[in-house]
Amino acid sequence: MDLTYTPDQIAFRAEVRSWLEAHVPKEPLEHYDATRAGFEAHRQWEATLKSGDWGMVTWPKEYGGRGLDLIQWLIFEEEYYRAGAPGRVNQNGIFLLGPTLMEFGTHEQKQRFLPPMASGEEIWAQAWSEPQAGSDLAGVRSTAVREGDDYVLNGHKIWSSRAAFADWAFGLFREPGSERHKGMSLIFFRLDQEGVTRNPIRKINGHVGFAEIFLENVRVPSFNRLGEEGQGWHICMATAGFERGLMLRSPARFQQAAAALAALWQSRKDTCDPLLEADVVRAHMNAEAYALNIYQTASRLMAGAKIGPEASTNKIFWSEMDIHLHETALAILGAEAELLPPANKPAGAEHEWLDDYIFSLAGPIYAGSNEIQRNIIAERMLGLPR
Amino acid sequence: MDFTLTDEQQMFAETARTLLGDTCTPEHWRKLMEQGQAFDASRWAQIVENGFTLLLLPEAAGGLGLSELDLALIAIEAGYVALPEPLVESAGVGAPLLASLAPDHPLLTDPAAIIAVAPAINPVVANADVAAAILIEQDGHAYLCAPETVTLTPAETIDPLRRLFRVEWDEARAEDLGPANWDLALDRASLFAAAQGLGLAQRSVDLAIAYAKDRTQFGKPIGSYQAVKHHLASAQTAIEFARPVVLAAAADIGHGDLQARARVSHAKIVALEAAEKAARASIQVYGAMGYSWEVDVHLFLKRALALKGAWGTPAYHRNRVATRVFTQPLGADQTFARETEHA
Repeated sequence: MDLTYTPDQIAFRAEVRSWLEAHVPKEPLEHYDATRAGFEAHRQWEATLKSGDWGMVTWPKEYGGRGLDLIQWLIFEEEYYRAGAPGRVNQNGIFLLGPTLMEFGTHEQKQRFLPPMASGEEIWAQAWSEPQAGSDLAGVRSTAVREGDDYVLNGHKIWSSRAAFADWAFGLFREPGSERHKGMSLIFFRLDQEGVTRNPIRKINGHVGFAEIFLENVRVPSFNRLGEEGQGWHICMATAGFERGLMLRSPARFQQAAAALAALWQSRKDTCDPLLEADVVRAHMNAEAYALNIYQTASRLMAGAKIGPEASTNKIFWSEMDIHLHETALAILGAEAELLPPANKPAGAEHEWLDDYIFSLAGPIYAGSNEIQRNIIAERMLGLPR
Repeated sequence: MDFTLTDEQQMFAETARTLLGDTCTPEHWRKLMEQGQAFDASRWAQIVENGFTLLLLPEAAGGLGLSELDLALIAIEAGYVALPEPLVESAGVGAPLLASLAPDHPLLTDPAAIIAVAPAINPVVANADVAAAILIEQDGHAYLCAPETVTLTPAETIDPLRRLFRVEWDEARAEDLGPANWDLALDRASLFAAAQGLGLAQRSVDLAIAYAKDRTQFGKPIGSYQAVKHHLASAQTAIEFARPVVLAAAADIGHGDLQARARVSHAKIVALEAAEKAARASIQVYGAMGYSWEVDVHLFLKRALALKGAWGTPAYHRNRVATRVFTQPLGADQTFARETEHA
């Protein structure tokens, strides 16, 4: 164990920092889930990132990346959040589908899909859930019928993050008549193509964060299938492991929030419950513990290990810590906690504590509910019977 | 930047796991408890034989000159078996403290000699009855007391495998070793308590897993019910997020700065919370059996409670983390930062 950065890593951090200082928009962008304009502004930011070759730093250069390792990725993320750079509108693509494509895709598929993903030219939505298949994802009913070199897709997807404005979606489709985990394939489709209808769904903060998608005889080439036919469940689980285990929520996000919380406490401690200091310190410890856990995971992966069911403990930990951190902030804000911007400005909160608190409540639900994560831990990590 | 353990570190820990696991069994705990003992001379001899007591001592003092990280890995194994003998306290705290003050002290030539420690922060002294000497903190100095110069009054503790004493000593008959680094002693003791906490926690979970697979109700193993599963999944999650903190604290303890000390405190808080949480989950999973003397889980709960309060309470350690939070830079780039004067 050596918990110091190498001179190269220190130099890399400086390079990232100076580029971000020069390029991060001075005014925050409108949220990508709020309006089409906000979405497109974030697409523009992705293009700016790509112009500096920062789109997806861990990918090989030939696919639009920088060929960096996971420690460098962590450093990049730390600087990214430290700089207050815009949220990644293409996170379903770059953090979820991208790593899966890297593992299961053909060279041609990688060449076709990864570079426009890294540049934000093609923004992705996920289409896992269906009305009857949420936690029980193996219950998906949408179908893919093979016709020559095409698939014809039919069905109904829901809770698809980013689908209101995104260009592409990936989802699970089954061979008609197949059951449960068998016969499913992971297939990509364009959201603006014939036969696709998307209805935006408003989140509890009013933003159109997700959509339901109806597919009616949507024809896609078999080139759009990732992995073998019928291998969809296996690939989907690999995607989920990566999502929960490493990339979906980088530690930097929580460390910056914990630092902002400490500052909020410092500015208001004379007028609020002194017992809240313990929660502020706890929020810091949680964020540190999460960062150390992820550094440990990154080191293990770099030494050749694979992500396993322990990824589910991450998802539980960060989602619960996020709620705790934000409920502490609201407690410090007291009677001003309910105020929306710009009325909340006198609170000294450049941080959107209320909106982030609301968002934190989704954490234990999306990317596999925490109940399902606890089942996974118990069954696959601890060996308890089904 | 590398968060992995070396093969040698893992092998050393594996040796400790085998040695302690083979001898420190449930039957053995029961035997010791029946005899009112908390020390097994033959196991102590094996521990000494394997070099574990020399691990942290500098080579100049006849030791192996290894690091706190190496000993922390062994302390995890000591926790996993609720080890009664004072391996961690003596080899991890007492002997290195003595070596830092008196590298040529004759006691250091005997690897089996137990050095007990009496810091001002602890009201009682562990293992004073088997110690070859006791190091006592007073006004920042360390005083070395021989057993025949002190009066020990047993202080009964809930942990049947832990022996505590109130110590009366006479300054005139003690050897004043001068100002000592009691901060480092506290950091080491806290770190190794945290490491033991990881072992305690994992054992509590493992005991409950074995029981939940075996015990059936409503025609199925109770471990197949989600309400039972989720208790243990939550406990395991707490362990997974305490372990890297303990390892990082061990790797960085030598810096002795605000960040290093905060991390040790963080480790102590969360590892012993995990130990308590896991033991309580385990007791719940065992049901009425878990509340009985017969089932072993209570030993792990009791050790967790003991270590939680020793060497600084959670509130004491939280204040040390608060000092780091409110006087040093924070943020995503500060995970491995060192102390700066003008924060």
